Amino acid sequence: MKNSAPGLREKGKDLLQIRNLHVEGFSDERWHPIVRGVDLALKRGEVLGLIGESGAGKSTIGLAAMGYAKPGCRITQGSILFDGIDLLALSETGRRRLRGSRIAYVAQSAAASFNPAHRLLDQTVETVVAHGIASREKANRSAVDLYRRLQLPDPETIGFRYPHQVSGGQLQRAMTAMAMACRPDLIVFDEPTTALDVTTQVEVLASIRNIVEEFNTAAIYVTHDLAVVAQMADRIMVLRHGLTVEEADTRQMLASPSQEYTKTLWAVRKLAKPEVPADDYLLTIDKVTAAYGRAVQVLQDVSIKVPRGRTVAVVGESGSGKSTLARVVTGLLPPLSGSISFAGQALSKTLKTRPKEILRRIQMIYQMPDNALNPRQTVEEVIARPLEFYLGLKGAQRDRRIGELMHMVEMSETYLDRLPAELSGGQKQRVCIARALAADPELIICDEITSALDQIVQEEILKLLMRLQRELGMSYIFITHDIATVRAIADEIVVMHQGKVVEQGLKSEILTPPHAPYTERLLSSVPEMDPDWLTRLLASRRM
Amino acid sequence: MTSYEPIAQIHRLRRSRATRAKTALKKAPFSAWFGILVIIGYVIVAVFAHWIAPYGETQVFSEAFAPWSQQFKLGTDQLGRDMLTRLIYGARNTIGIAVATTLLSFAVGVSLGLLAALYRGWLDQILSRAVDVLMSIPSLIFALVLLSIFGSSITSLIIIIALLDSTRVFRLARAVGLNVAVMEYVEVARLRGEGPKWIIAKEILPNVMPPLVAEFGLRFCFVFLTIAALSFLGVGIQPPTADWGSMVRENATLITYGDVTPLLPAGAIALLTVSVNFVVDWFLHATSGLRDEK
Repeated sequence: MKNSAPGLREKGKDLLQIRNLHVEGFSDERWHPIVRGVDLALKRGEVLGLIGESGAGKSTIGLAAMGYAKPGCRITQGSILFDGIDLLALSETGRRRLRGSRIAYVAQSAAASFNPAHRLLDQTVETVVAHGIASREKANRSAVDLYRRLQLPDPETIGFRYPHQVSGGQLQRAMTAMAMACRPDLIVFDEPTTALDVTTQVEVLASIRNIVEEFNTAAIYVTHDLAVVAQMADRIMVLRHGLTVEEADTRQMLASPSQEYTKTLWAVRKLAKPEVPADDYLLTIDKVTAAYGRAVQVLQDVSIKVPRGRTVAVVGESGSGKSTLARVVTGLLPPLSGSISFAGQALSKTLKTRPKEILRRIQMIYQMPDNALNPRQTVEEVIARPLEFYLGLKGAQRDRRIGELMHMVEMSETYLDRLPAELSGGQKQRVCIARALAADPELIICDEITSALDQIVQEEILKLLMRLQRELGMSYIFITHDIATVRAIADEIVVMHQGKVVEQGLKSEILTPPHAPYTERLLSSVPEMDPDWLTRLLASRRM
Repeated sequence: MTSYEPIAQIHRLRRSRATRAKTALKKAPFSAWFGILVIIGYVIVAVFAHWIAPYGETQVFSEAFAPWSQQFKLGTDQLGRDMLTRLIYGARNTIGIAVATTLLSFAVGVSLGLLAALYRGWLDQILSRAVDVLMSIPSLIFALVLLSIFGSSITSLIIIIALLDSTRVFRLARAVGLNVAVMEYVEVARLRGEGPKWIIAKEILPNVMPPLVAEFGLRFCFVFLTIAALSFLGVGIQPPTADWGSMVRENATLITYGDVTPLLPAGAIALLTVSVNFVVDWFLHATSGLRDEK
């Protein structure tokens, strides 16, 4: 198995040519431009990375490469030539014949793309059989072969499992196998690893890269993660507002981006904050054990101290108990044993028995601002409620405070009568922050609050949180799996794995070697902006 | 202050509720318009029955079963009361009772259903199993039994039908409520220390309104039919109060003589239920968020 770095592979003839593509989307009884004239060319065996913030039109272009526009979208202009065939001139039946067999698609959420009622193997071979490319037995054998090449465990039998019986990373690889089943000429990957942990992401990235190289498949790789695209793509195209900003070979793009916008994208990952040692502890979690039901212990003997006015980052992969820890602190999940004290007083275990004053002092911000904001309440209603509920503010006093809070989160007051659906992801998260601040809290628990956001927006939110901490002096418990975020914001780090605290201490202590074995694995899995990083990592792990 | 994050599209101010309703009405299909006009017509007739009707509700004339004439536009019934007058008053009684019953069944069903969805656990178990028991008995027969026990006064009629109907509303409200109760904004409200009243009224209810409004239209039709059926069977609205169900029964014999008069109240019921369903269909389509693929 060859493991060359991207950019070194042999490329063939032109496979895909998109010229002057315009796509529009329909909303609020009007057509809005999504893609406004993009040219794109792809050779056989070449991997093109599409990168940009959300709303840049990268997924839309990815789908357009298959001659497809989502419901509510339409391709208004341009031409899409796939291997000499004009996809837009082709009938829908003709396009359908190409999709799946010669052009395949891997979606962001494999869990949502598999039918939960059918076994993996049946779904993997479905297109092959439907297109009449091979018999079912032959297709099954080749699927098992694909599973093996994608390094899935038990390739012989994993196909007989149902989607819910395998992990997220395995499912994403099974989906890649499904796309590969017909040996397509082109695969469109739409953020295939965004929903995965760093440790899982590495495995999936390596599998995808290997198999794309082995079959010399051309690919369009859509992502907003620069470090990921650096590992995968031969060429990178930066998009913004439906226009091409810049396009170049991966190495050249990383070394010397020419456009201002690209440079800001590159700068995001370099945010870092000097740590400040603790002097006073606000929250002490002592030997807490918690479980859902009686079966599985999700937290075992967890002891954590949160200093006043500082940030403790809790890191670990999914299933490590990070979010459960948050639920225990907020009182949503009463611990089985152990104790929590807050500002010198014991915190009662359940939510019901905590006085309003304590609830006010501990606030929480969630990962998905979409779910955390009531879609039927305006920004004003959202922020006003804690003011009325905790502080009893009314009338002019209340309105003045709302204005102050909006100012604190750097939003204009013209947004006050908007509904959440009329805000961008970053703005929604700002509203959530304003709602937490409205209660005038001493501790804010941030549960993966930046992981659903673009990198530029992430940076803005992190800067905002740091500024607020400097000005208002609250403590943060910052739950995350992203080490770049940890570097940016943390004073202390707690590493969790399978419900236990593996390591904890000041940021500098944890991030400088020697590490505990698990911390080592976690840290080394974070993609770096170096196109050779994955190759090196895999080589070092294989040793 | 630093700059706001870039947004591709131009900011658009939110339109007021009135203008949104206006654009929605403009796009409404013919069937919905028809339904809306018919319902408005029925409501006007029901509200102004006293002024529209040519005679009094219970005024008896000498001639029973009179044919259509200048004096009695639609003839008279078995006691010699003017059919047109009875039809007009029937709209008031039947629709009024149906609206009251539907409102009551929704008040009970939605509040209990959302409570069950919010708290789950033993409260949900008790309520859901009680509803299962009520639903396992055929509702028309159960209503007949209860009405013969408590007597067929208008109040007991409303309460009994509302109670039996609220079981269906409970199930729907609980099902849609469960989806919303697990959302993080509900958790935020709980963490804030809000009580169940706020959480249900402000956090959950606005988000489950579309299916409930659609169900309201359908339930209204069923209640209407149930009342008409009960009246036809003689345990519903009691004479001399005019209502369409009993009007069909009392004058049914006329059909044998080729007179279509008893079909008129039946037609009135049919027209209203069809109209309500037209409006509900349109509402469902407009709020489902489904877009036609083009």
